[in-house]
Amino acid sequence: MPDLLIELFSEEIPARMQKRAGEDLQKLVTNGLVEAGLTYASAAAFTTPRRLTLTVEGLLTESPSTREERKGPKADAPEKAIEGFLRGAGLTRDQVEERETPKGNVLFAVIEKPGRPAAEIIAEVLSQTVRTFPWPKSMRWGSGSLKWVRPLHSILCILTDEAGTEVVPGEVDGIAFTDTTEGHRFMAPGRFSVTSFEDYEKKLKRAHVVLNAADRSEAIWHDATNAAFASGLEVVEDKGLLAEVAGLVEWPVVLMGKIGDDFLDLPPEVLQTSMKEHQKFFSVRNPKTGRIERFITVANRETADNGATILAGNEKVLSARLADAKFFWENDLRVAKSDMSVWTQALENVTFHNKLGSQADRINRIAALAKELAPIVGADEAQAEEAARLAKADLSSEMVYEFPELQGLMGRYYITASGRNTAMAAAAEEHYSPLGPSDDVPTAPVSVAVALADKLDTLTGFWAIDEKPTGSKDPFALRRAALGIIRLVLDNNLSADLLGLCRKHMQTFEGFEQEKPFDLLGFTHDRLKVLLRDQEIRHDIVDAILAMKKGNNDLKFVVDRARALSETLATDDGENLIQGFKRANNILTQAEDADGVEYSYGADIKFAEEAEEKALFEALDAAEAKIAPAMEAQDFASAMQAMATLRGPIDAFFEAVQINADNQTVRRNRLNLLSRIRTLCLSVADLTKIEG
Amino acid sequence: MSDTVTTPKSFQEIILRLQNYWAAKGCAVLQPYDMEVGAGTFHPATTLRSLGTQPWAAAYVQPSRRPTDGRYGENPNRLQHYYQYQVLIKPSPPDLQDLYLGSLRAIGIDMDLHDIRFVEDDWESPTLGAWGLGWEVWCDGMEVSQFTYFQQVGGHDCHPVSGELTYGLERLAMYILGVDHVMDMPFNDPQTPIALTYGDIFKQTEEEYARWNFDTANTEVLLDHFVEAENECKAILAAEHDDPKTGKRIIMAHPAYDQCIKASHIFNLLDARGVISVTERQAYIGRVRALAKQCADAFVQTRAGGWQPEDAA
Repeated sequence: MPDLLIELFSEEIPARMQKRAGEDLQKLVTNGLVEAGLTYASAAAFTTPRRLTLTVEGLLTESPSTREERKGPKADAPEKAIEGFLRGAGLTRDQVEERETPKGNVLFAVIEKPGRPAAEIIAEVLSQTVRTFPWPKSMRWGSGSLKWVRPLHSILCILTDEAGTEVVPGEVDGIAFTDTTEGHRFMAPGRFSVTSFEDYEKKLKRAHVVLNAADRSEAIWHDATNAAFASGLEVVEDKGLLAEVAGLVEWPVVLMGKIGDDFLDLPPEVLQTSMKEHQKFFSVRNPKTGRIERFITVANRETADNGATILAGNEKVLSARLADAKFFWENDLRVAKSDMSVWTQALENVTFHNKLGSQADRINRIAALAKELAPIVGADEAQAEEAARLAKADLSSEMVYEFPELQGLMGRYYITASGRNTAMAAAAEEHYSPLGPSDDVPTAPVSVAVALADKLDTLTGFWAIDEKPTGSKDPFALRRAALGIIRLVLDNNLSADLLGLCRKHMQTFEGFEQEKPFDLLGFTHDRLKVLLRDQEIRHDIVDAILAMKKGNNDLKFVVDRARALSETLATDDGENLIQGFKRANNILTQAEDADGVEYSYGADIKFAEEAEEKALFEALDAAEAKIAPAMEAQDFASAMQAMATLRGPIDAFFEAVQINADNQTVRRNRLNLLSRIRTLCLSVADLTKIEG
Repeated sequence: MSDTVTTPKSFQEIILRLQNYWAAKGCAVLQPYDMEVGAGTFHPATTLRSLGTQPWAAAYVQPSRRPTDGRYGENPNRLQHYYQYQVLIKPSPPDLQDLYLGSLRAIGIDMDLHDIRFVEDDWESPTLGAWGLGWEVWCDGMEVSQFTYFQQVGGHDCHPVSGELTYGLERLAMYILGVDHVMDMPFNDPQTPIALTYGDIFKQTEEEYARWNFDTANTEVLLDHFVEAENECKAILAAEHDDPKTGKRIIMAHPAYDQCIKASHIFNLLDARGVISVTERQAYIGRVRALAKQCADAFVQTRAGGWQPEDAA
């Protein structure tokens, strides 16, 4: 059982692509081998900045030979049918057999495929894999036509068994397979040959390459935390950065450096962002004060001076970066402390969208809306309006221009510096939330008012100008905005006329048309269904509530009813009630169709003949008396419970009573009685939408 | 093996070493292009020569202008006029990374003490309709060069592919010479009787140009110039391929491209003057790109662009 080792050695592969590339290599090669009949015991892939490596253990030495028999058309079938059969089998007429069957002479093709040696299959599969590799972005180089993520230099491909090691004969675009590779670019230049995976991994290590990305990550984290700990500090955890850095080095060497005293008073987020985004440094924090005091950089080599030159260079680069950040911070603070309206004025010259005006126009709209929403969310009107005016002011600040990801957060710092209260400062930071399904939802009233106003303005604006999401395209993140509104409303238990708010606000845009707010409400309902599905509330239940029209404009109202209905339907009574309702509804609909009338009124207990019939009258009277006031009081649980009590009487009624009585008066009365069931149930929810 | 390369003493020594290094590696050492450009890539020796099938190897210094980056000579490393060193080799040789690292050694960077890294950075020039894949090269965490394999220029696929190296000379030299402010950097040998710093030569011009770029350039005239350059470029390209006077086939790709460069620089000036809105910006870039594409279309019709007389048949 030979083992296979493959290494694709190239110029530096972007860190973010390495993990996926290793997985793709493993999948494509092993799938290709198995498809060709070459099974294996185990496989594993590894990546470094310059190589993708795959080891496959316990391969078959050759693929099993196969014999396939195909039945074809009759021997006297039309020429075309026979030709097609032969083409499919890849045989000629004299290579197929004629066999007697009860239906006459039929053609049979016997296709025998002899087994093929592993090396031959590997060469084909590897060549195909390299040529069709799914890099997110690939390129050509030199005069060749092959595409790879960066120039591909060599392909190691060997088979190893007890007898020894052989290079699999093959090539891709002039790159012949070999048994050699290279070590670290600087610490161990030059090629060497390997005989097996163990030998490869060992020799790479000697040549200063740690093959396994997980080992590199672990080493980096271990050394980084140790270095920090020795100084009484801690490394700020950042898994994404760790994975990226592990993809930038083959021989990680952790170095801890100082941040100039001048910069230690910058907000920790600024230090962290600047160091991470520009330099890929980890931040090192003083656990006592929470301040960022040092940094960790990961070099790709050891040096005779133990990294002193490298660290000095990195510290110098960082100083230049932080000098910029400090300059921005101090300039920004000056503006914040004197007059932030300079920033909002500057936003008059920044286009938000050419049909929706400038950022300043947008802020004015949001401020007006936030004021309107304030009483609904329990915020002070003046405060909500001012908070909305300031929430995006930091977009004009120098710091946010440099680090857009700090928007909102810088707003909080600057509004605090301007002497305003913490509620307004918090609104600047929180009004973008929730950004994703797992992001926290703001709860402070001022923040909620601004966050809602921001999202409503975005949705109504883009709806007015007909820029709705289509299919997978949602360039303005409108689905996220709608979900944000839903979560803000539900998590804060807000009752609001969403349709009315949308309509009123949308009227401030050119392009408003009467039906657009309804369309937007429908879009929001669709998002709501997705959210509720994740909370195990079925879409047909939500549909049954939404079909009621009345109250649809209030998301909390919709969800409360959907939840109550969902809980009712989960009970035995609830489930059977649906069956009873559907039966009543079906009989009634059929009779109405046949008779051409609507049975909607006039059922009278005096025409009731059977005891079960009379009992149903009484049960309906009792339920009606409970449901109407419960609905009025928005006590859906009680309304649903009252509805569910009808299950017994309805079942009994259908059991004992024949609707189509000979006496027309009795029949009509019974149909009108069914109509009362329908009307009563439909006053709670449109149960016709319930599936099953 | 430890390199025994000495540390250079001045900005110009670094440039001279790069010139010598790339000359020794077989590049034609060209002179800067005699027009205002935003980056070394705009030199026709890169933009146009990266097109077509003819082999090419050139290296040159290119003074570059970015009006919006002007800081009156006060910022330690931001300038509206600066130098790039540019190398373009077509087809890209298989050892281009090693050649590049050799050039760092030549200007005094000891590979045994420094940490050199190739960090993903894809290059795109919307004004040139060009893109490529490559890296920014880091030395101890500082970006010292751009390294790009051109994939498309002027809307044309590059076949063969050119390898492009761009060194930001001031920043690189400041690092090697250990200088913190660009204006303090020795331009010539500091031991020489008349020692000149970068500031002695450029501090005043940075002030003058910053004032002109930001506040006094006549925007109406510039807007007119933009349109004139655009029209002239189109008119040149619309001319007959066969010259009626000489009877020769003379496609005027380079004169047309000069007008494209001109339009691009005027756009940069207008941008610095703050008279171009966000929406207009895209439109202007699109207009320059359209010119660049037409120039590229014309160039591949010329001999230097790989056209053969047989192609006409």
